[in-house]
Amino acid sequence: MKLPTPLIELEKLRVDFGGSGGRRVRAVRDVDLTIYQGETLGLVGESGCGKSTLGRATVRVTEPTGGTIRYLGADITTLRGAHFRQTRAELQMVFQDPFGSLNPRRTVADIVAEPLLRARRTPRPEARRIVDDLLDQVGLGREAGTRRPHEFSGGQRQRIGIARALAPAPTFVVADEPVSALDVSIQAQVINLLADLIRERGLTMLFISHDLGVVRHIADRIAVMYLGEIIEIASRDDFFAGPAHPYGEALLSSVPTLSRQPRRERIELTGDLPDPAAPPAGCTFHTRCRYAVDRCRTEAPALTEVAAGRQVRCHFPLLPVKGPA
Amino acid sequence: MSGETLLEIRGLTVGFDVPAGRLPAVAGVDLSLRRGEILALVGESGSGKSALSMSLVGLNRGPGAHIGGEVLFHGRDLVTAGERELRGVRGKDIAVVFQDSLAALNPTQRIGDQVAEMIRAHRKVTRGQAGRRAEELLGEVGIAGPAQAARAYPHQLSGGMRQRVMIAIGLANDPAVLIADEPTTALDVTIQAQVLRLLTKLQSEHGTAIVLITHDLGVVAEVADRVAVMYAGRIIEQGTRDEVLFDPQHPYTMGLLSSVPRVDGPAVARLPAIAGNPLTGVARPAGCAFAPRCPFAHDACRAEMPPLRRRYGGTAHVDRCVLDDAARTRARGALEVLAP
Repeated sequence: MKLPTPLIELEKLRVDFGGSGGRRVRAVRDVDLTIYQGETLGLVGESGCGKSTLGRATVRVTEPTGGTIRYLGADITTLRGAHFRQTRAELQMVFQDPFGSLNPRRTVADIVAEPLLRARRTPRPEARRIVDDLLDQVGLGREAGTRRPHEFSGGQRQRIGIARALAPAPTFVVADEPVSALDVSIQAQVINLLADLIRERGLTMLFISHDLGVVRHIADRIAVMYLGEIIEIASRDDFFAGPAHPYGEALLSSVPTLSRQPRRERIELTGDLPDPAAPPAGCTFHTRCRYAVDRCRTEAPALTEVAAGRQVRCHFPLLPVKGPA
Repeated sequence: MSGETLLEIRGLTVGFDVPAGRLPAVAGVDLSLRRGEILALVGESGSGKSALSMSLVGLNRGPGAHIGGEVLFHGRDLVTAGERELRGVRGKDIAVVFQDSLAALNPTQRIGDQVAEMIRAHRKVTRGQAGRRAEELLGEVGIAGPAQAARAYPHQLSGGMRQRVMIAIGLANDPAVLIADEPTTALDVTIQAQVLRLLTKLQSEHGTAIVLITHDLGVVAEVADRVAVMYAGRIIEQGTRDEVLFDPQHPYTMGLLSSVPRVDGPAVARLPAIAGNPLTGVARPAGCAFAPRCPFAHDACRAEMPPLRRRYGGTAHVDRCVLDDAARTRARGALEVLAP
């Protein structure tokens, strides 16, 4: 196996919201993260953890407040003008809402062609050909191009959103909850489509979802976020065999499973997510952690490598033996 | 769970007038709910599961809505009952908890007052008594610091807290039946686990019968006693939790089960998806409504809608599929439905 090449490197990436007057919420707090060429990294966490903001900031749909973003080794954090437009064509996004993210007044072909014409300055006849091929590839068929978004179901609209993101032939795609609004039977179709496209086009993807089952079927590695920080990074199989962070453990154990047996002991988290504007001192998870001791309340743990390819932000990771040290 | 029948639904139909004609949201449903059971109503968007549950308590009456059939509750037919009579049942004997708690709660009224109001609507108690009972209820549904929460406004609470408030309002008069429409869909899994535990606690401690409307088969496996699967306005399979989830008989149920991305079991490379889209328009095919999407459909399926009856499943396990036992076994194999 050849050494993985970093495609996206985030260093101390920070996104703050609010500010003067209101309280400042640090949605993304000094995130260090590397996404390697050709991989799909699943970013999971509950609402308000900052996963969507991190995804948007990675491709500068939301501008970061601090830190750096490197794409293929080059700093793109403050890139402007034509240079940024070219880079942006390489970095695309698929959004969750297949209803709100497509302009209802335009034809599907126009919607899909737009990033191609704008970012790549592709001549129209060539754009036309690319759009036709893409509509075929996402399973809509090129004849869909003359119709408008409202004529399509949720799953079909998500296929339009995917075609649009792929039009400028990006190397990197952030998919933010792309199947969350879809019915189960349609969700499976779209997951399979994304898996095919990733393979055929050699895409690198940041796949954001609250649904661990969905992530397990598409991601190579998993990153877990809690209150704006990454608290665990592991390979897909390692994570699902047993998360090393107590939060990851509780999250996985909370997923209702389709098993005949009454399930194993569930680790039920008490209370709600703390206010992100005033995160707890020490380890931010200590208020809900069943293993927390005094040290967790005062000293913030760093994201530390505990095994090859596995990083955890916990003083007492659930490794190598189950349970805290 | 073989308690007496509380609610008996017979031949229920719900049609809505839309520009294209009449949408058959519920196309003839027979269903009974027994005391103390959790009955899961499963289906995708447009399957009619919400329209069905809303018509149980007359919540979707109005111009353009056509409701037929019977919903029998303690000898009364709630389909033909007057609005005044329904108001006496709704919130008292049969309570409804909606998915969207932010839209269902009054944003300008304190939480405690909203719970107390529901108590006072059906019982002759003083304002003070109702207020104290409201705080008790908020505590019972697992809200920490119920006295404080009672003074809060809906927007000051998290989604999980609001959903508990909705359940507290539902429980205000100790109803015999609780209809919970996607009660955990908007919640994170850790909060969902808390709400599901609350529902099972209600069932075991108060004997409340719960109609749980959901699209999440994991949730069904977790809490349901019986399951009815809906497709295009009809129940296509019904049985106990174990029968429907672990010995599915209808290809649609099989397809749903195998297309769920799971966190356990083998991580398959491709999910066996159901092709095509659910029916959304007013037109319905002549035969089985699922036939256009069914990989196992043949001529008999397109002739007429098969009746819901016991074929190859357990004693109370019924389905609407004409396939014979051998074809069903092949279908389960082709769809990689996990063996029980």
